[in-house]
Amino acid sequence: MKMTGAQILCESLLREGVEVIFGFPGGAVLPLYDTLPQYPGLRHILVRHEQGAAHAADGYARATGKVGVCLATSGPGATNLVTGIANAYLDSSPIVAITGQVARPFIGKDGFQEIDITGITLPITKHNYLVLDVSDLASVVKETFHIARTGRPGPVLIDIPRDVFADEASFHYPEKVNLRGYKPTLDGHPAQIRKAARLINEARSPVIISGRGAIISGASNELKELAEKAQIPVVTTLLGIGSFPQTHFLSLGMLGMHGMACANLAVSASDLIIAIGMRFDDRATGKVSEFAPNARIIHIDIDPAEIGKNVGVDVPIVGDVRSVLEALNKEIATKTHLDWVNQIEQWRSEHPSTAIRETDELIPQYVVRKIYEATNGDAIIVTGVGQNQMWAAQHFSYTKPNSLISSGGLGTMGFELPAAIGAKVGRPDETVWAIAGDGGFQMTIQELATITQENLALKIAILNNSFLGMVRQWQELFYGRRYVATPLSAPDFVKVAEAYGISAMRVSDKREVVPAIERAMAHDGPFIIDFRIEPEENVYPMVPPGASISVLLEEPREMVKVEVGSRDTSNL
Amino acid sequence: MATKHTLVALVEDKPGVLNKVASLFRRRGFNIESIAVGHTEVPSISRMTVVVDGTAQSVEQVRKQLEKIIEVVKVSDITEDNLVARELALVKVKATPQTRSEIIQIVDIFRANIVDVAPGSVVVEVTGDEDKIDSLFSLLEGFGIKEMARTGRIAMGRGAKETK
Ligand SMILES: Cc1ncc(C[n+]2csc(CCOP(=O)(O)OP(=O)(O)O)c2C)c(N)n1
Repeated sequence: MKMTGAQILCESLLREGVEVIFGFPGGAVLPLYDTLPQYPGLRHILVRHEQGAAHAADGYARATGKVGVCLATSGPGATNLVTGIANAYLDSSPIVAITGQVARPFIGKDGFQEIDITGITLPITKHNYLVLDVSDLASVVKETFHIARTGRPGPVLIDIPRDVFADEASFHYPEKVNLRGYKPTLDGHPAQIRKAARLINEARSPVIISGRGAIISGASNELKELAEKAQIPVVTTLLGIGSFPQTHFLSLGMLGMHGMACANLAVSASDLIIAIGMRFDDRATGKVSEFAPNARIIHIDIDPAEIGKNVGVDVPIVGDVRSVLEALNKEIATKTHLDWVNQIEQWRSEHPSTAIRETDELIPQYVVRKIYEATNGDAIIVTGVGQNQMWAAQHFSYTKPNSLISSGGLGTMGFELPAAIGAKVGRPDETVWAIAGDGGFQMTIQELATITQENLALKIAILNNSFLGMVRQWQELFYGRRYVATPLSAPDFVKVAEAYGISAMRVSDKREVVPAIERAMAHDGPFIIDFRIEPEENVYPMVPPGASISVLLEEPREMVKVEVGSRDTSNL
Repeated sequence: MATKHTLVALVEDKPGVLNKVASLFRRRGFNIESIAVGHTEVPSISRMTVVVDGTAQSVEQVRKQLEKIIEVVKVSDITEDNLVARELALVKVKATPQTRSEIIQIVDIFRANIVDVAPGSVVVEVTGDEDKIDSLFSLLEGFGIKEMARTGRIAMGRGAKETK
């Protein structure tokens, strides 16, 4: 039986297990929209800006582990997706972006709403397609989902000319893909795994750094086994949060620019780093030339190009983290490192980075802590970018993979609201809290209408400091407190919420924090709390930009420097 | 230390692949010295020979990045291999009745060919490694070079082993 391109696309999406599409219509995709009602299994969620569609697909993908799908028309619809696609690319999030294109006879003629979106997204997609023949469409969709979700996941874009949606072909969904140039390595090389095991068995002060790759590959159990069997403390990157339970005695929390002091110090003093599914981003390593000066490095990653890119590696292992750890765990000896663990505990008690200042002021750390307590830690937290992101990362204790959803690589303000929409759509039974800054919230605030239209019971905490807070913090610390372009006015968020039909309240007093959070949680539907926090509160600890992560600025603005190079190891 | 590297990429013969490869070099801060593309013994697979300047480490990084392009099947850095490397060049040289025989002599020494003769000029075709072509050019320069075109290097390892 012949089908139209639009039908073939819908059939193919269903075969890939797609249930939800975040999209926004326009001329070039009208034939597809006209076809959607024939496929009630494909729920369409209308966003208010295509950036929101891409972030929602991304949030959906991270919350569910499935591929998220977004849809936009040609030209401005497609370009509006770009930030969201780039965000997914840098955080290895599997999304599929479908864009309409002008009809084939108009391609290359600068027709109305023609833009070369495959050209534009070349450096920010794992792969992309322009489909010029309807009989290629099914196999393109098959390849697209395969590429998006396997290996190192990432965004894939399919650009479909308007007339291809209308063209007809017979529909056969391929069983297999055959891509000569794409065969991710899954199993680690046995000799490399043995070498790694030897280093682990010999190490005296080892540290695991776990990243998002551990979450993507579903390796939490294997990671825990490795850590416990060889008694190795675990730090995570921002995106690795949740790969290892932060309530575990071997968990040191996040490393990096705003990492926990004990995590940064442990990494700096370690003699062996086992880097798992992470990519040595500069926000995590600090000054690379002084990163973990005494450590040998084992690097496990599915992407060969990440190995040796930023830091030299002693034992590279290319493969899927879970499969590699499974093999590695068989080779390692059961061990303890009591002196090392005690040393770290001492650092932890000397530098309690998650301690919250005693004060009557309404401070954001306290708000995050109270959200943690109110949810018993059983929630998905979706953050904006800036201070709110770091406080959310620091003061909530994450125990499950994908319980923190945050824009790491691109650091996209405005991610929080649409990504939280995606997370809630994907995991409707979970409590989802968006933790926003007043700046970032204003960047995608229009998606409140999406929440209302879809009646999504999201809870939103705005940490409102009337500043572009993180930039203000840098101006305070490194630009002589000259606050240029960071004081920020905002609308009355409670009134805005009401205008969108969402319940909301303002909290300016510390004593109102807990009742407000409880009210939000008890409320059947979306709820917004505008927390008017201390305007000039800073995020600590902080590694000054360009410094080694063994140098920390701590509350109250005290510089701590731990000399790890000359550390007395006799007591270890 | 930055040195010249010769990379051979086997790629699927699909639209946009050359653009992807070239743009990856640009994005990672490499200047492509030459790039030559053509068919191979396998239908639908093209071979790109790319010459770039870089440190061994940075070239290895770009090689791995290139392999991430879905249509790129394999990339090898063959710089250290025992190679046959060739380039083809065409040069249009000013030639008068007085200089023509001298030009022909030089062309013979280089085992190059004259492929076109016109009043006032000849077109010389030469194949060889870059050094040979450079020295021929420098000898012909004195006569006046009107136009020249070079293909960029193509290369292959010596011996029975294939670049696969
Ligand atoms: C789209 C975008 N533009 C600019 C920036 C640079 N930037 C990083 S943090 C920040 C301030 C964020 O302010 P706000 O959303 O109020 O959060 P806060 O830091 O106050 O918690 C800015 C402007 C960015 N990350 N993303």
